[in-house]
Amino acid sequence: MFEIVENFLLGLGLWPWLATLVVTLLQIMLVMVPLLLSVAYLTYAERKVIGFMQIRIGPNRVGFFGKPLWGLGQPIADAVKLMFKEIIIPGGADKFLFLIAPVLSMAPALAAWAVVPFGSEMVLADIDASLLYVLAITSIGVYGVIIAGWASNSKYAFLGAMRSAAQIVSYEIAMGFALVGVLMAAGSINIGDIVRGQGGAYGLLNWYFIPLFPLFIIYFISGVAETNRAPFDVAEGESEIVAGFHVEYSGMTFAVFFLAEYANMILISMLAALMFLGGWLSPLPASWIPELALFDLALGDGIHWLLAKTALFLFFFLWFRATFPRYRYDQIMRLGWKVFIPITIVWLLVVGLFIMGGLAPWFDAA
Amino acid sequence: MSEIRNYTLNFGPQHPAAHGVLRLVLEMDGEIIERADPHIGLLHRATEKLAESKHYIQSLPYMDRLDYVSMMCNEHAYVMTIEKMLGLQVPVRAQYIRVMFDEITRVLNHLMWLGAHALDVGAMTVFLYAFREREDLMDCYEAVSGARLHAAYYRPGGVYRDLPAQMPKFKGASKWHDESEIAALNENRQGSLLDFIEDFTNRFPGYIDEYETLLTDNRIWKQRLVNIGIMSPERALQMGLTGPMLRGSGIAWDLRKKQPYAVYDQLDFDIPIGTNGDSYDRYLVRIEELRQSNRLIRQCVDWLRQNPGPVIAADHKVTPPPRTEMKEGMESLIHHFKLASEGFSLPAGEAYAAVEHPKGEFGIYMVSDGANKPYRMKIRAPGFAHLASLNEMVRGHMLADVVAVIGTQDIVFGEIDR
Repeated sequence: MFEIVENFLLGLGLWPWLATLVVTLLQIMLVMVPLLLSVAYLTYAERKVIGFMQIRIGPNRVGFFGKPLWGLGQPIADAVKLMFKEIIIPGGADKFLFLIAPVLSMAPALAAWAVVPFGSEMVLADIDASLLYVLAITSIGVYGVIIAGWASNSKYAFLGAMRSAAQIVSYEIAMGFALVGVLMAAGSINIGDIVRGQGGAYGLLNWYFIPLFPLFIIYFISGVAETNRAPFDVAEGESEIVAGFHVEYSGMTFAVFFLAEYANMILISMLAALMFLGGWLSPLPASWIPELALFDLALGDGIHWLLAKTALFLFFFLWFRATFPRYRYDQIMRLGWKVFIPITIVWLLVVGLFIMGGLAPWFDAA
Repeated sequence: MSEIRNYTLNFGPQHPAAHGVLRLVLEMDGEIIERADPHIGLLHRATEKLAESKHYIQSLPYMDRLDYVSMMCNEHAYVMTIEKMLGLQVPVRAQYIRVMFDEITRVLNHLMWLGAHALDVGAMTVFLYAFREREDLMDCYEAVSGARLHAAYYRPGGVYRDLPAQMPKFKGASKWHDESEIAALNENRQGSLLDFIEDFTNRFPGYIDEYETLLTDNRIWKQRLVNIGIMSPERALQMGLTGPMLRGSGIAWDLRKKQPYAVYDQLDFDIPIGTNGDSYDRYLVRIEELRQSNRLIRQCVDWLRQNPGPVIAADHKVTPPPRTEMKEGMESLIHHFKLASEGFSLPAGEAYAAVEHPKGEFGIYMVSDGANKPYRMKIRAPGFAHLASLNEMVRGHMLADVVAVIGTQDIVFGEIDR
């Protein structure tokens, strides 16, 4: 589709580099706009889902065209409100760092999407080491948090930043090890290849979450910890350090942290779906799907499966938040270093044995 | 190399876990607390001093505003002191009503504590569940006194009026609730207040199970509470802790059993105690108290159904005469006029009466010089002693544990600052 656009632009007599640029920008828009919209509506979903878990209704007043419409207008209203609020910079804060911190936190959360495949050909930049790229980019996000905590010149923010730094660094390791299992299984560090490695005759039984079950669980829990979500939200720990690293932020600067957190949640959920639940692959074996056009479209492989799986993980994020008390800071560290990392290392050996033994149906092809 | 200094953190009074207006100055070594210095007085309203310039009956509503989550228990201590000084006999039915509402208040308080404690530790759902039940009990308060919080229902000599024969209902459909939803809300409000309370006591054990499902065996909850804020029994006694704070340390001290007041000696209930004196034990003690209170409420409901009678003493030097009598009898009219203008006087002397308040021993010490106002009134609030032990309980723990300990102490500033 994009070739058509590019050829059309070239036909208009544009320079080739400009045509490529325009097409790339179009593609970026195509990823970013739905992403930012889903971030907005994820906050709405969170309030609704947690609301129903807590026997209340959640937002139900702000709608469109003068109708409540179950509060669907709430995210828009919130965004508008936050945009027009004053950005207060505390007196003792380092102004430059204070303002750069939200950007540093937001940029990697969006940049990581460049290599996320939405379908077998639907990817912005199909680079060979895309998994490595994702890991590298997401690690940068922690700088935003640390700088925010440091630049605020507030003791609460400082404590939050310290906690966050230690936590993210430790869980990065567990997460990395969990993903090593995936790339061992797939024999590739290209996310598209990893998904394709999960295809097979048995539908969802071919996916990696079965042979890599402990790694799957650890990856997702580490993901929750990475995004500073409950029960690992010590960096903002409402009842302890008020709002942690973003305690001094207001208006749009705060909103950007907020957006980054939710964009990261979606990213972690989508990566979990891609790595362990077969991404856009259908859970039904191909032989079960009738060869009618409509059935094929609904039940066969496609982006809708990826989105459904992502939504499932996002629901878990919300469910955790409604259910669990918060860990204490040292308990999180103990869980990461003394439980998760040893388990991943042991399971990597087990996966190695699986591969050597050619365990069917996952490892017999290689 | 520069000298290493401790980090001083000002915690509150504007802090989500400050339970009102607690201000703590924390001296910290990293995240470890070296010293916690509670600063109080931000909610000081001079209740004791105000009482010295008011008739006895006019001070009664101030009692609701002391510990504003266990209103009627505060009132009970106050009216008991006055009754003790007057030697006034309270009708049995009034005593049962008082015990029933004391226990309803205990449930109200413990639900508030449970929700706030869980919220402090990060589990926010319990808070909303607890408030669902509080709403029903608040409706009982409202049915009997007209106010949801500050009831002012007890009177020296009994209670203000008998229980209503009709539980108030939700009225009319609105933009957000149609007729069928209103009907569903009114389903258990068809009968009397006692019917409604009985229905509540039938439902409530199931609700407690819900809270326990979310918390009791939750690994994170246990990690956050077990061995946090340990109080040895000896130290707890020395610090003057009472109520669940003392029972959590394993000392079976409960005024309802040790010096029974009202009709507690005729009712059947157990006193739960802990073994380790940590926050988790205090949590379990309070959860069990919820169940025991439910038992007590149920016994009172059964008794009150079968035994109608007066709910306030007939001594019209202290209690107002019925309005019908006032229309006909000169004597009653004079009584009413005297009570409404100068109030009643207590004989010169002093008395102390205490109740087992949901938080501990809540007592009123009254000194009278024979006038219609107290010469001096001293309030013994349990939370004050609890807060004084905060420093000992949190030393060596982490910042997050301070919040858990504040939660476990069930601090309310209305009574501490008075």
